[in-house]
Amino acid sequence: MNLPNLIPKKSQLSESRTGSKGSFGHFLEKGKIDLSHGEMLYIEDLEVSFDGFKAIRGLNLDIRVGELRCIIGPNGAGKTTMMDVITGKTGPRNADVKGRVFLGQTIDLLKLNEPQIAQIGIGRKFQKPTVFENLKVWENFELARKTDKSWYLSLNASLDESAKDLIAQTIQKVGLEEQAFEDAGLLSHGQKQRLEIGMLLMQQPELLLLDEPAAGMTDEETMQLADLLNSLRGTCSIIVVEHDMEFVAALSGNDGIVTVLAEGSVLSEGTMQQIKNDPKVIESYLGR
Amino acid sequence: MSDFQLNIPSKQSILSKQWWQVLIAIVVFVYLLVPLCALYVPEGSFFHLSAYSLTLFGKIMCYALAALALDLVWGYCGILSLGHSLFFALGGYIMGMYLMRSIGTEGVYHSELPDFMVFLDWKKLPWFWEGTNHFAWVLFLILVLPGLFAFIFGFFAFRSRIKGVYLSIITQALTYASMLLFFRNETGFGGNNGFTDFKRILGFSITNPNTRVVLFLFSFTALVLGFIACRRIVQSKLGRVTMAIRDAENRVMFSGYDPLGYKLFIWTFSAFLCGIAGALYVPQVGIINPGEMSPGNSIELAIWVAVGGRATLIGPIIGAFFVNGTKTIFTALAPEYWLFILGGLFVLVTLFIPNGVVGLIKDYFYKKKQK
Repeated sequence: MNLPNLIPKKSQLSESRTGSKGSFGHFLEKGKIDLSHGEMLYIEDLEVSFDGFKAIRGLNLDIRVGELRCIIGPNGAGKTTMMDVITGKTGPRNADVKGRVFLGQTIDLLKLNEPQIAQIGIGRKFQKPTVFENLKVWENFELARKTDKSWYLSLNASLDESAKDLIAQTIQKVGLEEQAFEDAGLLSHGQKQRLEIGMLLMQQPELLLLDEPAAGMTDEETMQLADLLNSLRGTCSIIVVEHDMEFVAALSGNDGIVTVLAEGSVLSEGTMQQIKNDPKVIESYLGR
Repeated sequence: MSDFQLNIPSKQSILSKQWWQVLIAIVVFVYLLVPLCALYVPEGSFFHLSAYSLTLFGKIMCYALAALALDLVWGYCGILSLGHSLFFALGGYIMGMYLMRSIGTEGVYHSELPDFMVFLDWKKLPWFWEGTNHFAWVLFLILVLPGLFAFIFGFFAFRSRIKGVYLSIITQALTYASMLLFFRNETGFGGNNGFTDFKRILGFSITNPNTRVVLFLFSFTALVLGFIACRRIVQSKLGRVTMAIRDAENRVMFSGYDPLGYKLFIWTFSAFLCGIAGALYVPQVGIINPGEMSPGNSIELAIWVAVGGRATLIGPIIGAFFVNGTKTIFTALAPEYWLFILGGLFVLVTLFIPNGVVGLIKDYFYKKKQK
């Protein structure tokens, strides 16, 4: 497998045309996240409320570069809201948001919208697989590929050999060789999950958010997915929100850190073993 | 290294070789036979193309171009616009201004001013009528104004992320408001009578058979070029992103695309095509009035697209010909039942062939291939 191709080349990094204000404008021009302190994502005292309802209250989270972090928590713990804030779906524009959400040292994610955040390198997978159903599988990969995504360039865009190779490799990586020329809408649920993960790989993200990626997958597919995510360790930071404890155990291993969310803030943080023995966690989540 | 090879094209072609041949054959056929049958075959012969049929087909060509434009935004981008009759009418009105000015002093009141202005006792032309006696200026306005208007409206609507049925209602309201505005005499577009009684276009008599043939061929050419341009767009990456926006806008945004630019481009280009269709329509039918913007017209346009097949480009053209052909027959035989037939057609198509006539044919060949 040609791994160097999966690492973004400087020329492939998108540049900002969005006229954004502030210090991140400087960053976007350079096309680089300031990771000088080894910190990928930094959330401090985050509070999110919708019409007075507090979905997140005082959340603190630190994700290191290259870390694979699993987040578990009961329904209503604020997991999806947290992802919405990180990816720009929820922000000061449509909710009451307080606190700090930073990517690297310099980029204030609360000031960017979804496409801008995606362009700097945060990829997100939805719980329900969301793919472009009326396009062929390979076309799904084509659209996800990291490149300049302005509309005026897309009218004349064509794929060069290295782009075609990258598409072929990624299709192989997620095991969709047979379906490459089929409509994505004809795929099975598990295949769509894999397609969506493949699309995220095409984006060459720095930070990957996965919302219950194993939902609806067979046991075999789940373990394949765990292997795939483990193979990505080191190339990007990953946050996985999951209910399936076996899957979480397979991902976090013995020393990976697992975060437990409850009622909008962090209840406990530690290795799988530590949180399993935490009385607070047992009471609010595992014990039930 | 992987040995898996994927045979994907760098770019997708506008049309396959066979379809280019079909298209060229149709173009040659129309260019040769229409002038021949209309001008040289004697009247009374079976092959003679009467002025009535020529105008009818020319008119339907314009409808087909408008339907093609609607298919681009509705079929490919998921924006059901009920405002396309506004862009159509705008193009028509601009052309109408030129045609009114070309009447010169041959009007009922023998004035330099168009008749309706004399009737309203206006002493001089309103400012926006300046220069409309020059065809070049009018052509410029036809190519720019409907698109510009759509761009401004689209910018605010898409930036606010208005979509779905809300957007349809807003476009409908906009068209309705414009219709009421154009109904007013003070607006300066002839009130509810609109423009009519045209005499000449570019110095040629508008009723002359030669002029009619030329207008028909212009409409046909515009339709063919419009079709090729639309194919060019939907076969490009821009077209695929547009379809992706239609199917999963969230995923598109989280993939790093800002839908605003894509939607605006498709929307503006569609309005541009619609404006051209309207401008070619008016000299052929000889009248333009605010009724052209009535809600019914926008809905009828959507019916042509639905009957022919959304997101097919060729479908709306077939739909426009099919529905208008039936309309011509039924309004002659049983005019009072036409609206029932139209409504019934829409219900039947939605229920039984949701992908339209072209979708039906595609399914047939797909199933045949499977066996």
